[in-house]
Amino acid sequence: MTFPIDTLRRAILLGALALFALPALAQEAPDALVKRVSQEVLQVIKTDPKVQAGDQARIRELIETKLVQHFDFSRMTALAMGRNWAKATPEQQKRLAEEFKSLLVRTYSNALVQYRNQQIDYKPLRADASATDVTVKTEVIRQGQPPVPIDYSLTKGPDGWKAFDVIVGGVSLVTNYRDEFNEQIRQGGVDGLVNSLSARNKGGAAK
Amino acid sequence: MTRNRGNRALAALALAALVAGCATTGDRAPSKADPFEPFNRAMYAIHEPIDTNIVRPIAQAWVDYVPTPVQSAVRTFFGNIEDGFSAFNGLLQGKWEKAGNDLGRLTVNVWGFGVVDIASQAGIPKGDEDFGQTFGYWGIPQGPYLFVPLIGPTTVRDGTGLVIRAYASPLLYVVDDVPLRNVLWFLGAIDLRAQLLDASRVVDQAALDHYTFIRRSYLQRREYQVYDGNPPKKDDDE
Repeated sequence: MTFPIDTLRRAILLGALALFALPALAQEAPDALVKRVSQEVLQVIKTDPKVQAGDQARIRELIETKLVQHFDFSRMTALAMGRNWAKATPEQQKRLAEEFKSLLVRTYSNALVQYRNQQIDYKPLRADASATDVTVKTEVIRQGQPPVPIDYSLTKGPDGWKAFDVIVGGVSLVTNYRDEFNEQIRQGGVDGLVNSLSARNKGGAAK
Repeated sequence: MTRNRGNRALAALALAALVAGCATTGDRAPSKADPFEPFNRAMYAIHEPIDTNIVRPIAQAWVDYVPTPVQSAVRTFFGNIEDGFSAFNGLLQGKWEKAGNDLGRLTVNVWGFGVVDIASQAGIPKGDEDFGQTFGYWGIPQGPYLFVPLIGPTTVRDGTGLVIRAYASPLLYVVDDVPLRNVLWFLGAIDLRAQLLDASRVVDQAALDHYTFIRRSYLQRREYQVYDGNPPKKDDDE
């Protein structure tokens, strides 16, 4: 009757492994995380024939599987809404976060198609080891043009670091929407904003 | 006679813009950064169709059909001039390392006869300092936002910088042949627009309202540039 002992031993071993492995994953430094994830994505972009051919659906799938889990969309939406966030019901907040997420994913996939093998510099992280909000700085080097800085703002949560803003060339993807969101809410309330976001995501032309 | 008619057309256009501007004053929350919003929106309404139907297609055709070596020669030629201005503005802000890089780029690119960008191949980083940033560094605020047809988004401060920049252009003093100079201006403008094609595509994709999106992007970007990538944290709803 070796069975119970073996099982027990295996269970303990697995449990111990899980205990060690999980915190290790969660504790991946934010700059290491940004570098690993962006290199994984760029690798696919460089080698995947469908992406090379400009297949939007494939690029969106890539973002959904590789990137989305590293972003905190409800915090992003709250940031873009500013003080209007508190005026929205939990139900509205959920819908807003969903719509904003699809808008950002579409925008991001559109921007990724334009990536042409440029070199990316990952800057050393300047933050305390105990910091829970950090900015990871990178730079896209371009021939004959000034580099484009891309900064990622990340926050430390229970399941590791998550990005809540991407700042491209000084332009924050999130706060860039604040004027527009304010304006939409002023004109049509929170529901007005939900509707115009969803219309935009369904392919409606911008004004 | 023709000139007169041109002036009158321009005056009529400006008047129409003003009227259109005033007509829309009431239905928008005023923005602190953009006190002339109705007027600016009217200017944007003039700019947008010209850009979409004429300027942007020309820039796109330039990128798609002109041989790459010609494109990069043009970019390098104007890039060298920009490096000179960037070095000068770097010095005005006491950014010795940046200014040094830009001067280094100029020196190295002499060997490329102004049309081969050896400095970039050698990995010397290209600066992007300009007069507007220098004024900002000196503590001069942006002033009201302006949208100028064909030029695009700017502010009173940055626009002043652009005017100085235009009058200081070496082309004015080095190239005496007016038709040649005009061709060079044209090529420079097309190259400049071509560099913004990617950004335009993102705006098309991302913006709910193009005017507001461009304004916010422009002001954020300039703030970021003045502080060299570390702008002070802003409060909500600014």
